[in-house]
Amino acid sequence: MTAQAVVDYLAAQRRLEPELPAPDLPWLMELRDGGVERLRDAGFPSLRDEDWRYTNVQSLLKEPFEMGPIGQCDVDAAFVSSTTIPSLECYRVVVVNGIPIPHLSDVTLVPDGIRVSSLADLLVSDPGRLEPYLGKSLVPDPHGFTAMNSAFLGNGLVVEIAPGQVFDKPLEIVFVASAATESTMAQPRNLVVAGKGSRLQVLARYVAIGAQRTLTNVVTEVIVDADAHLTLYQLQEESKNSFHIGGLFAKLGRGSRFDAFAITLAGGLVRNDLRVDLDGAGAEVNLRGLYLARGRQHIDNHTQIFHNEPDCISHEHYKGVLDDRARAVFHGRIVVQPDAQKTVSEQSNQNLLLSRDAEIDTKPQLEIYADDVKCAHGATVGQLDKEALFYLRSRGIAEEAAKRLLIKGFASDVLLAVSPDSLREHLLTRVETMLTD
Amino acid sequence: MLSISDLMVEVGGKPILKGINLNIAAGEVHAIMGPNGSGKSTLANVLAGREGYDVMRGSVTYGDHDLLALTPEERAREGLFLAFQYPVEIPGVTNVYLIKEAVNAQRKHRGESELDAIDFLKLVRQKLQLVEMKEEFLHRPVNHGFSGGEKKRNEIFQMAMIEPRLAILDETDSGLDIDALKVVASGVNAMRQGDRSILLVTHYQRLLDYIEPDHVHVLADGRFVKSGDKHLARELEEHGYGWLEEQADSGAGQSAA
Repeated sequence: MTAQAVVDYLAAQRRLEPELPAPDLPWLMELRDGGVERLRDAGFPSLRDEDWRYTNVQSLLKEPFEMGPIGQCDVDAAFVSSTTIPSLECYRVVVVNGIPIPHLSDVTLVPDGIRVSSLADLLVSDPGRLEPYLGKSLVPDPHGFTAMNSAFLGNGLVVEIAPGQVFDKPLEIVFVASAATESTMAQPRNLVVAGKGSRLQVLARYVAIGAQRTLTNVVTEVIVDADAHLTLYQLQEESKNSFHIGGLFAKLGRGSRFDAFAITLAGGLVRNDLRVDLDGAGAEVNLRGLYLARGRQHIDNHTQIFHNEPDCISHEHYKGVLDDRARAVFHGRIVVQPDAQKTVSEQSNQNLLLSRDAEIDTKPQLEIYADDVKCAHGATVGQLDKEALFYLRSRGIAEEAAKRLLIKGFASDVLLAVSPDSLREHLLTRVETMLTD
Repeated sequence: MLSISDLMVEVGGKPILKGINLNIAAGEVHAIMGPNGSGKSTLANVLAGREGYDVMRGSVTYGDHDLLALTPEERAREGLFLAFQYPVEIPGVTNVYLIKEAVNAQRKHRGESELDAIDFLKLVRQKLQLVEMKEEFLHRPVNHGFSGGEKKRNEIFQMAMIEPRLAILDETDSGLDIDALKVVASGVNAMRQGDRSILLVTHYQRLLDYIEPDHVHVLADGRFVKSGDKHLARELEEHGYGWLEEQADSGAGQSAA
């Protein structure tokens, strides 16, 4: 089944290739060809791959997905406004099936210091701006899905923040999965470049229209230049029939800071690969994750942090709440390279299982090759605290409400660092309503 | 207000309470004293509805209700309050949130509207003073990182906010230094009014120097072995529990107030 899927997708890629933007650009051809070769050689991952031991993608591969039609958009402004977060002031860009849609976006309102472009346009008009970055953070492609994204590389969103520019108002990117026909796939390739000393918060939301079977196979590359501070909220709100394979690859310069939140509230099968390379001395990364899953949802967070230079800090804190037959995977790998002296690294993964049939496979992993480091990691799996439940009930709070309160309390500390307030409140409310439904 | 009749309770197949009879009238303060393992806390927990206790025989009537048929939250809404011996830490839930939910649960049950924010805050400030707690306590997670004394004061603060009809204080004095004990006691004394009944469960007579009970009962090996007025507590202080336990062993002295 896996082999057939590889053949099918490679054939689809060959058909589509002439239509992809800038087909003759040598470095881009190399990038796409690299993806094709990697997919052909390695295929799609299976349970035999150590990094995919607990995540079975057979249901994804059994019927092929097709790329959505280029240049067509069946999403209207009414849908976009129906998904907005109340009272959140932000610049908004809408991307439908991987294609940025100008008439649904506030691009004209975005201030001069932030350049938001469609990748397809930029590949044609000014590819030199992309060449130093595109594909550089994932050589080689770690698995068949990222390889496929590289092979189909054609569109997505590019965000460039000019050096020294500081913004308080976040940039919101709404990625809409819209299936006009059954089994539509989108493969956006995004690039965020935060120039020296710049500062911006980006909110990437993944939503779906309806509950069709869709695949979003997205790769986002992030470059945080020296002393810049980038915050990226990734919010998964697609449908229970959505497959979501997300790759986030970030490179951090000297003295920079990257805060990334992976908040998964929906999706049938979600796999998030996150790799951060601390490439400059004194860089700091803070990863926060929250996953709430019910029914037969499957959520896999696979993170890697590479301490390549001295004096860097990494904090990673993921929490999950699983009910029914939901299943989650956490794999957090931290590598401290020989040169990375004075590293401070802290990692935790805490899970709450609300049902006997829910399952979590958690694997914190530390690899230290330097001798002067401070590292700690740990994982916990537990049930609702019976004592706490009785305490709340003895104060007159009904059992169901008390359970919700405890779950919200468990999840909320991941969200405490979220700003602005309106976004944090929205997320807390989403968590609570999800538990109430 | 509360009538316990021939109550027998087992924990994990082991008899703990072996036939308890107790009547508490509206407005009365009763103290239950007894050595460790006599069943004091079991009685407090059974009354509040904690899981893990098997009632083998007997009944408990609270107002018009068969108390044992009510869920813990129903008991609370009917005005029964348990101050925990070991208050539970709840990370991620702030004190103020808990107390607001608790107060509004009571009000809703009584058919009253929820307190508006201003009235609520006014009430909170007034009750905080009662137990000498700072306002910052409100915004900390419930009991999380509190010292032993702070936890106990927080229990009394909650009790003052909820204004129960029957308050059960399970070893609220344990682990308190004398200053904290005085604060807690004055908080309880301020609550002593009208029809409100209070059941104090304690190992030491010390608490009763500050909160004077109307009745004192001595529990030993799951049975009340002696009842009396506040002077009984003093006797116990002088003679210890030994002489009473001998009475319990011989099966004598079953008593009720």
